[in-house]
Amino acid sequence: MSGLGGLSVRFRQSGFSVKIPSFLGPSLPYLLFAGAIALVGLWVENFYYLQVLTFIGINTLVALGLNMLMGYAGQISLGHAAFFGIGAYSTAILTVHYGFSPWIGLAGAISIAGLVALVVGLPTLKLSGYYLGMGTLGFGMIVHILFREWTSMTGGASGFVGIPPLSVGNYTFYSPTAYFSLVWGTVLIGVIICRRIIDSRIGRALRSVHDSEAAARAMGIDTHMLKLQVFVLSALFASVAGFLYAHFVTFISPGTFDFLTSVRMVTMVVIGGMASIWGALLGAALLTLLPDWLHTFSEFEMVVYGLILMVVMILLPQGLTRGILDLWEKSKGEDIDIKGESDGDSFR
Amino acid sequence: MEFLQYLFSGITSGAIYAVIAVGFSMLYSATDLINFAHGEFVMLGALCLVTMKAIGMPLPIAFLNAVLIVGLIGLIFERLAIRPVKRPQPIVLVIITVGASIFFRGMAMILWGKDTYSVPPFSDHPPIIISGAALLPQSLWILFIVLAVVACLYLFYQKTLTGKAMQACAISKKAAWLMGIPAKWMVSLSFLLSAAMGAVAGVIIAPITMCSYDMGTMLGLKGFCAAMLGGLGSLWGALLGGFLLGILEAMGVGFFSSSIKDAIAFLLLLFILYVRPGGIIGAVQAKRF
Repeated sequence: MSGLGGLSVRFRQSGFSVKIPSFLGPSLPYLLFAGAIALVGLWVENFYYLQVLTFIGINTLVALGLNMLMGYAGQISLGHAAFFGIGAYSTAILTVHYGFSPWIGLAGAISIAGLVALVVGLPTLKLSGYYLGMGTLGFGMIVHILFREWTSMTGGASGFVGIPPLSVGNYTFYSPTAYFSLVWGTVLIGVIICRRIIDSRIGRALRSVHDSEAAARAMGIDTHMLKLQVFVLSALFASVAGFLYAHFVTFISPGTFDFLTSVRMVTMVVIGGMASIWGALLGAALLTLLPDWLHTFSEFEMVVYGLILMVVMILLPQGLTRGILDLWEKSKGEDIDIKGESDGDSFR
Repeated sequence: MEFLQYLFSGITSGAIYAVIAVGFSMLYSATDLINFAHGEFVMLGALCLVTMKAIGMPLPIAFLNAVLIVGLIGLIFERLAIRPVKRPQPIVLVIITVGASIFFRGMAMILWGKDTYSVPPFSDHPPIIISGAALLPQSLWILFIVLAVVACLYLFYQKTLTGKAMQACAISKKAAWLMGIPAKWMVSLSFLLSAAMGAVAGVIIAPITMCSYDMGTMLGLKGFCAAMLGGLGSLWGALLGGFLLGILEAMGVGFFSSSIKDAIAFLLLLFILYVRPGGIIGAVQAKRF
C-alpha cells in the first residue's frame, strides 16, 4: 500500500503551520465541524429535525465515497445504490436471520460490499465514459432485482422488517440524539479519511487519472489498480451508510435501492460540486431536504423535482459550491490549481 | 409446443425492444447522448393512444397523432433542456435526462392519474395456432409495424438528402457544418425521430400490456440494453439486439423462472460490456483501454 507511506509523510509535513498552534493547524476544519455537530446535537431536540439530519449524515457518507470516485478519480458509477443496499441487507440478514450482533453485521456488510466491489470493479473499470456508466447501471439493476426476488432472504418486494437497533454493551442507540451523534461521528471519520487520502500520494495519482489516464500511466501509475481501489473505497463508504440506514429505520425495502437512488447519489455529488468534500456534504443535505420541501406541491412533487434537477444542471453544471469553495480555498492558499480546472474533461 | 410459444412471445417483445433500441441508437449516433427519458416517450405514446382512442378517433389517425405529439415533445425537450447546456459533459446530461424522465412521469401522473389503461388489439382475429403454439394477431401487427418503420428509417437514411445529412452529422458535426449542413437542425430532427420511435413502441405495446404513467422506465432501460447488445449507434445492431433480448428473455422466463425476467437484460448488458463493449455488430469503436 503505497498510500500509507504518503499518508505519514503528509502527516509529518502538516505539523508546520504558521499561526495556529501546530497541533491544531491541519485539524482545525475538523474541530469546527465536530463542534458544529456537537452543537446541533445538543440544541436540536425536535425528533423530526434530528431524523432528517441523520438522513443527511447517511447520505453524506455515500456522497463522500462517490465523490472520491467521481470527483477525484473521474469515474462514473450509476449503480452505487447497490452497495448502499448490500450494506443494509447484509446487516439485516446477519442480525435477523442468523441472530448475530449488529457489529458482526457491520463487519459482514463491509466485507461483502468490498468483495462485490472488487469482483465487479475488476472487469467494469476497464470501461470508460458512458460504457462505464452503463456497466455500473446494469450491476445496480441486477442487485436491485436480487433484493426484490430473493424473497426467502430479503423479504422480497414487501421489504425486510424488524432490524434491531444498534447497541454497545448495555447502551442502545434508541434516542434520536444518540443516533444522530453516531452517524455524524462516522461522517467526521469519513471526512478525515477522504482528506488524508486526497492529500496523499494516492490522491495526487487519482487526480492525474482524472485529468488524463494515459498521462498517468506514462508516469508509472497503475491506473487500473488505483481505480479499483477507489471504487472499493467508495463501495465501503456506501455499505457503512447502508448499515447505519438499516439500523436507523429498522425497515428496508428494495425500492430504496433502485436506479433512481443511484442517480440521486450521483446528483448529490454533482450538485454539491465535484472534487470537494464539503460539496458532497452540501449536495447530500440539499437532496435529502428537497423531497421534504416538495411535499407542499403534493401531486406536482415529481414534476417540480424533475424540473429542479434539469434547471440546476443546465445553469450550474459545475455544482452549487464550486464557486464559493474555489474562493475560500484560494484565500487559504490550498491546492486550487489541481482541482479547479479539471472538471471539464471528466467522463469523456 | 412450449418452445415455439416462448419464441413467439420473445419475438413480440423483441420487436418492441428493437424499436426502442433504434430510437436510443439513432439519438446516440447523432448527438453522443444517452437519453434516459426515452422510456418516458414510450409511455407517452401509449397513453396518448389511450386518450385518442377514448375521444373516438379511428386507430390509424390515433396512431399518427400519438406519434406526432410525442415527436413534438421530443423536439421541445431538445430545445429547452439539451441545447442550453453549454458544456455537455456526459454526467450532466445523464442527470438532465433523468430529471426529464422524472418530469415526464410526474406530468403523466397528473394528466392520466395513477390508473392503468388498456387498449383493444388492432384487429380482433382469433389467434393463429401453429403446431400447438398460439400466435396473437397483435404480435403480427407489432412485427409488421416494427419492420415497416425500420425499413422506412433505413430508406430515409440511405436515399434522402436529409437522411444523408443526418448521417454526416453523426460522423462529424463540424465537418458536416462546414459542408453547409445545418447541424443544429439535424440534432433537433434526430430528437424528433427518436421520440417518435419511442411513441411507436408505446402505441404498439399498448394493446398487450397495462398502460400507466410508470410503464416507461423499465422499457427504456431494456431498450437501452438491447441497443448496447447489438452495438450502440448501429441501426441493424439495435434491431438484432432487440430481438435477441426479447427471445432470450422469453426463454429465460419459460424455462427457468419469471423472477429473473428483468435481470436477463442487465446480465446480457454486463456480459456484452465485458466481452465485446462495441456490441455484436460493433459500429462504434469500443471505448476500452
